[in-house]
Amino acid sequence: MGLDFTVIPQYLDIILWGALWTILITLGAAAVSFIGGMILAVIALYAPKLVRLPFRAFAFLFMGTPLLLQLFLIYFGLVQVGIDVPAVMAGIIGLGLHFAVYNSELFQTGILAVDKGQIEAARTLGLGRMQALRKVVVPQAIRDVIPPVGNNMIALLKDSALVSVIGVSELTLSAQRAIGSTYRPFEFYVLVAVIYYIINLFMEAAQRRVERRVQASR
Amino acid sequence: MQKVFPFFLEAAWITVLLSVLTTILGLILGAVGASARLSRFALIRFLGAAYVSVFRGTPALIQLFILYFGGPQIGIQLDAFQAGVIGLGINAGAYMTETMRGAIIAIDKGQIEAARTVGLSRFQTMRYVVLPQAMRLMIRPLGVNINAMIKATALVAAISVVELTYTAQRFIGSTYKPFEMFLIAGILYMIIIYITGQAVSWLDRKARIS
Amino acid sequence: MNDQGDHMTDQKPFVDIQHAQKSYGALEVLKDINLQVQKGQIVAIIGPSGSGKSTLLRAINDLDPLTGGEIWLEDKQINKNLPHRQYEKHINLVRQEIGMVFQHFNLFPHLTVRGNVTLAPKMLKGLSDADANKLAEEQLDKVGMLERIDYYPSQLSGGQKQRVAIARALAMNPKVMLFDEATSALDPELVEEVNLVMKKLAEEHMTMIIVTHEMSFAESVCDRVLFMDQGVVVEEGPPEVMFRNPKNDRTKEFLRKHLAGQHR
Repeated sequence: MGLDFTVIPQYLDIILWGALWTILITLGAAAVSFIGGMILAVIALYAPKLVRLPFRAFAFLFMGTPLLLQLFLIYFGLVQVGIDVPAVMAGIIGLGLHFAVYNSELFQTGILAVDKGQIEAARTLGLGRMQALRKVVVPQAIRDVIPPVGNNMIALLKDSALVSVIGVSELTLSAQRAIGSTYRPFEFYVLVAVIYYIINLFMEAAQRRVERRVQASR
Repeated sequence: MQKVFPFFLEAAWITVLLSVLTTILGLILGAVGASARLSRFALIRFLGAAYVSVFRGTPALIQLFILYFGGPQIGIQLDAFQAGVIGLGINAGAYMTETMRGAIIAIDKGQIEAARTVGLSRFQTMRYVVLPQAMRLMIRPLGVNINAMIKATALVAAISVVELTYTAQRFIGSTYKPFEMFLIAGILYMIIIYITGQAVSWLDRKARIS
Repeated sequence: MNDQGDHMTDQKPFVDIQHAQKSYGALEVLKDINLQVQKGQIVAIIGPSGSGKSTLLRAINDLDPLTGGEIWLEDKQINKNLPHRQYEKHINLVRQEIGMVFQHFNLFPHLTVRGNVTLAPKMLKGLSDADANKLAEEQLDKVGMLERIDYYPSQLSGGQKQRVAIARALAMNPKVMLFDEATSALDPELVEEVNLVMKKLAEEHMTMIIVTHEMSFAESVCDRVLFMDQGVVVEEGPPEVMFRNPKNDRTKEFLRKHLAGQHR
């Protein structure tokens, strides 16, 4: 059959649109995972036992099972309970929750690593527990966990390819569409791999920059 | 509900098989990759680094698709299961390369110097001094790699290998019981991961005692 | 307790600690402590480590809550018995009136000097950015740290950090300041700059309770000195008496050892 990369230009706009969606989905899911991870971490550390337990079970289940399976659950599960969300939303929620659980583990370690004197100092000024947490502990915890959370976000980019399976028209599914009409899987999947790789490089560079800046304010 | 269990058990067996084979391939490629990254020759070091960078820098799903769907175009004919093992194994190998290299370079430089001053060759130093110590360091992080890899075996559902996730998806479609099917598959995954985790801890303890 | 009589007649004590008791399980670290501090008074608490002096100070701010006894600030009981939620509210308000300075500064490393000083006034008193900035500038000027207002704590020396920590506490306009070995983590040459700031506060008649190892400083600024050992106040009195002519043998022993150590 041989290879023929000349078919690509004709479909480049579809592919690039897909790439844009991949970036948007990654950003959206990253935001969900960040906020969700922080909420989960605070619940895991400070909520009463009765609240903590179901969340612990949730985290346990989400860390022990494949993302793809979770995406199926969320996509079909939402439909089942009568919530009809677009596939994109289901994808962002699924990816976001999955990584929220992993981020939460990191945030918890980060929060626990903040010196006890910091909380005491905030409390003696009259700040309440939540205020001290929000203004003093969490900002320091975030600073400490930027490198590993950054790694999670880079993993998230690559895992965003999975949402193609539930029908989200991102980069991977766009390639599949192009392949559907050209029967050139090798060419298009390699192209897509290159695009993911480039986005990945940008994210790594951004991560290094943020880390350097954080180091400077230490 | 009872009717689905035999299918899930059979699917779990496929997942176990995939995991075992992928782990073996991953460990072999990891060892090769780590040796390449620590080689004396710049070209080999570069090849090792490129392997890690490319396979960690792109989605495993795409790697799988290139191999399975694109393979025939360049003369590689594999069935879905074979493509799954090879694709995931190459991907896991890239992560394991970094784990093994990390453990090796974590060994104190003084150890190498001491071995060289008593007259051991480079190879002997690696074989009798560095590796035995690095092995102990790498068991736990390799366990983390394997844990992630077991979950990544779900990707082969996308090329229609009838493993756990594929089976769950199929029954979600036919029974409209997404949560129940998720739970059955999820519990089976967690059992596999739990047993693997216990095995890794056991190995780790054993390595620490000696 | 010689001067207590005169004050009792005309005014209630400003800080009033009654029968303070604190134990961790079977270990009793504070045993029936009574301490009355008048407004504007400066009290030093000295004693060997493990004597309970820091615990007592931290109890005033409820960082280490007492297991028995009462602490009052003016007409408010600090360690009131309230349901959890109400108690949190109550203690947050009380703490705004009590400034505390720690041995290890506890500046917030992710905030600049300005951010450290303005955080609580902005959050708790609702000050605008402009007002909070003005307040920060005033307080930092007072401790001689105005030029470092946009530095991060990591860029400051220990003495500078402690001066900022004092400014941070002062910015809440506290009624009383607590110093928990504020200079003992500092290099000797940096102690004096912090002492100077504390002296300045003393001249402004700030009510202060100071846990310290600096006997000469305590002697020069304090109105009263308490010597604590093994969870009790062994002896107290004006500094002239306490340092020149203590009555109790344990006080004498402690001072002798301590002064010998300081001169080495």
